Amino acid sequence: MSLISKLMVKPWLAGGTVATEDSLTEALPAAKIGLWLFLCTISGVFALFMVAYQMRIELTTDWVPVPKPTILWLNTALLVLASVAFEWTKAAARQKKPAGIRASLLAGGLLTMAFLGGQLLAWNELVGSGYFLAANPANSFFYLITGLHGLHLIGGLFVWTRTTWRVFAGYEVTLSIELCATYWHYLLLVWIILFGLLLST
Amino acid sequence: MAYVAIADREAELHEPKTFIGKYIWSQDHKVIAIQYSLIAIGVGLVALVLSGMMRLQLAFPNEFAFIDPHNYYQFVTMHGMIMVIYLLTALFLGGFGNYLIPLMCGARDMVFPYMNMLSVWVYLLSVIILMASFFVPGGPTGAGWTLYPPQAIMEGTPGSDGGIVLMLVSLVVFIVAFTMGGLNYVTTVLQARCRGMTLMRMPLSVWGIFIATILGLLAFPALLVSGIMMAFDKLLGTSFFMPAMISVGEPNAYDGGTPVLFQHLFWFFGHPEVYIVALPAFGMVSDILSAHARKNIFGYRMMVWAIVAIGALSFVVWAHHMYVSGMNPYFGFFFATTTLIIAVPTAIKVYNWVLTLWQGNIRLTVPMLFAIGFIFTFTHGGLTGLFLGNVAVDMPLSDTYFVVGHFHMVMGVSPVLVLMAAIYHWYPKVTGRMLDETLGKLHFWLTFLGTYSIYLPMHYLGFLGVPRRYFATGVTEFIPESVQSVNVGITVAALIVAAVQVVFLFNLFWSYFRGKPAGHNPWECTTLEWQTPQTPPVHGNWGKELPVVYRWAYDYSVPGAVDDFIPQNKPNDETTGEPHETGDAEGLHS
Repeated sequence: MSLISKLMVKPWLAGGTVATEDSLTEALPAAKIGLWLFLCTISGVFALFMVAYQMRIELTTDWVPVPKPTILWLNTALLVLASVAFEWTKAAARQKKPAGIRASLLAGGLLTMAFLGGQLLAWNELVGSGYFLAANPANSFFYLITGLHGLHLIGGLFVWTRTTWRVFAGYEVTLSIELCATYWHYLLLVWIILFGLLLST
Repeated sequence: MAYVAIADREAELHEPKTFIGKYIWSQDHKVIAIQYSLIAIGVGLVALVLSGMMRLQLAFPNEFAFIDPHNYYQFVTMHGMIMVIYLLTALFLGGFGNYLIPLMCGARDMVFPYMNMLSVWVYLLSVIILMASFFVPGGPTGAGWTLYPPQAIMEGTPGSDGGIVLMLVSLVVFIVAFTMGGLNYVTTVLQARCRGMTLMRMPLSVWGIFIATILGLLAFPALLVSGIMMAFDKLLGTSFFMPAMISVGEPNAYDGGTPVLFQHLFWFFGHPEVYIVALPAFGMVSDILSAHARKNIFGYRMMVWAIVAIGALSFVVWAHHMYVSGMNPYFGFFFATTTLIIAVPTAIKVYNWVLTLWQGNIRLTVPMLFAIGFIFTFTHGGLTGLFLGNVAVDMPLSDTYFVVGHFHMVMGVSPVLVLMAAIYHWYPKVTGRMLDETLGKLHFWLTFLGTYSIYLPMHYLGFLGVPRRYFATGVTEFIPESVQSVNVGITVAALIVAAVQVVFLFNLFWSYFRGKPAGHNPWECTTLEWQTPQTPPVHGNWGKELPVVYRWAYDYSVPGAVDDFIPQNKPNDETTGEPHETGDAEGLHS
């Protein structure tokens, strides 16, 4: 039953019956719905930053584009690999291969840390060549947007730490792994969009 | 392992044993709801006192040594911010959302109880940070509740050192708290409804809270973004919003920022925020009106659709707060149109409330009085909104007391009247005792008539052109002396209304110990929260078996039924008298 037809039901007619509707979401674990809602919320945050970015360029005249350090391309590759590693973990969990889960989960986390390290190097490079945070709005936005994205990954790494610990302690983690994978894919997508925005301006 | 839907699971109740587990670090949605409500009411009282101070200054300028222009602006700012965010948002969603969603949906608890507990404690943290700003050098920010840059962070504005920083930090912390709660409310409505509780059988309270929470999850990010960027401007010297300016002959350190960008971000949050507060009020007042008029809500489906439509439209009207900001005039035309369109679903709701009362068997209980009072104040505030929604009419009225009168009527008094109605209505379920009716009626009449005598004259002041936010107007050519006497009258009414809230607090406190025992369903309601095996409901809400829902939430005065209400969890064969044949005329309570 589609959402529209659900909203067309006349509930006063069906008194006395245990009406059922094939729910849109009932078959999904609550944590999954919770995560997707959370992703909608932070999409709002990222989208509004991007809108602000664009409006700050258009409404004023002082924008001086910031050069994009080459290392960002390497970082992007690292984040893609991290995402692949999480997909691999998911597959290993489905096939119940503990060794595969452990190896790929660790790889995913380490690749993410490498990405974050790479982002710090990029910041370092910019600061080294005199592109300070407050010098120009382009710089401010660069640090702000990359920093915000990095913070979300650090938040993800907290959950990753917990999941990894639970894997090594022998708990059931299939759902946590799936959620981690979703979150990492999402942040990869966000990064690609942000990177595209940064490159295009 | 296949996933088992929440309504089909075995009861798993881990009853907390210790005092701390039960009342402090509780994960029970009912305890969390009460914690949220008490914090919100506490901080709301601070805001009430602040408004009293403002009124004292306006009626008796320069009589009170403790009110100077500096702290007058701080009172204005903190009053507005506390009332809108820390009281109304928190009390409607954190308080009533937490209490009602699981009970009305037939769930044992929220789906993420631990996160729910974190939510209330992080909310408390945000309140503490906000209150701390009263004690830092320079005091809290006096930028006005909209915190417009550049003045919000320029030297010379009260609290431009520590105050504004603490305000921004507190808002960010509040948003974290709200997000944790909000994910819970939405997921619980989607996932944890009991068997038979289809979407269109949900009481309108749940619909209102559900859609309002979705609005919050989508709108608060805009406040977060603008807050972070303003904090950067203040602390790290960036120029997102800050233009280059000459201040006291010296150029400031900023360059090229655009304050209008802040206004867009702020109001992209700020306007949905109005509906974050209003939609739960719409929902709850619908349930209260229907129950106390002993009649099904008029146009249930239309009410649901209107809630959804208002929620969607609320994201495309934000710039009607910015007609005088110097934006492109064509924008103003667009936003005036959307603003007037949103009046259509809103008007449908008002008509439906009135038609619900029509030929009902009205019981003028205290919650019903407050609910009917809401219809008056909301219609009134909504109609003045039509004036302000039009660009040409808004221009001269902008930043006058007309605006103050309008938004206090529509999003101050109206939601508060619903909150009062809701407290009188659900207090018996929360505590097991009734609130005192005589005190309640005194509270209602003084509050209702009092708020009218506060805000009606303000519209008149606005027509005269009296500007809002001014510490004192002194001798101004276009402001006649009579304005001063009107201001005295408003202040007297405001102080009376503030004082009568003490009666309400006394009633809450006294009735908790001495109130008349309520029984499990004193108002004879159909919705599930009144059908719990214990009152107040215990941990897990429903005992061993979850309820099963057989009907919608508004089976009042059904022809042929024994009682004039049929609870949602009652199957058909228990509703008619026996023997079945003679139940024709007696069953009708007319």
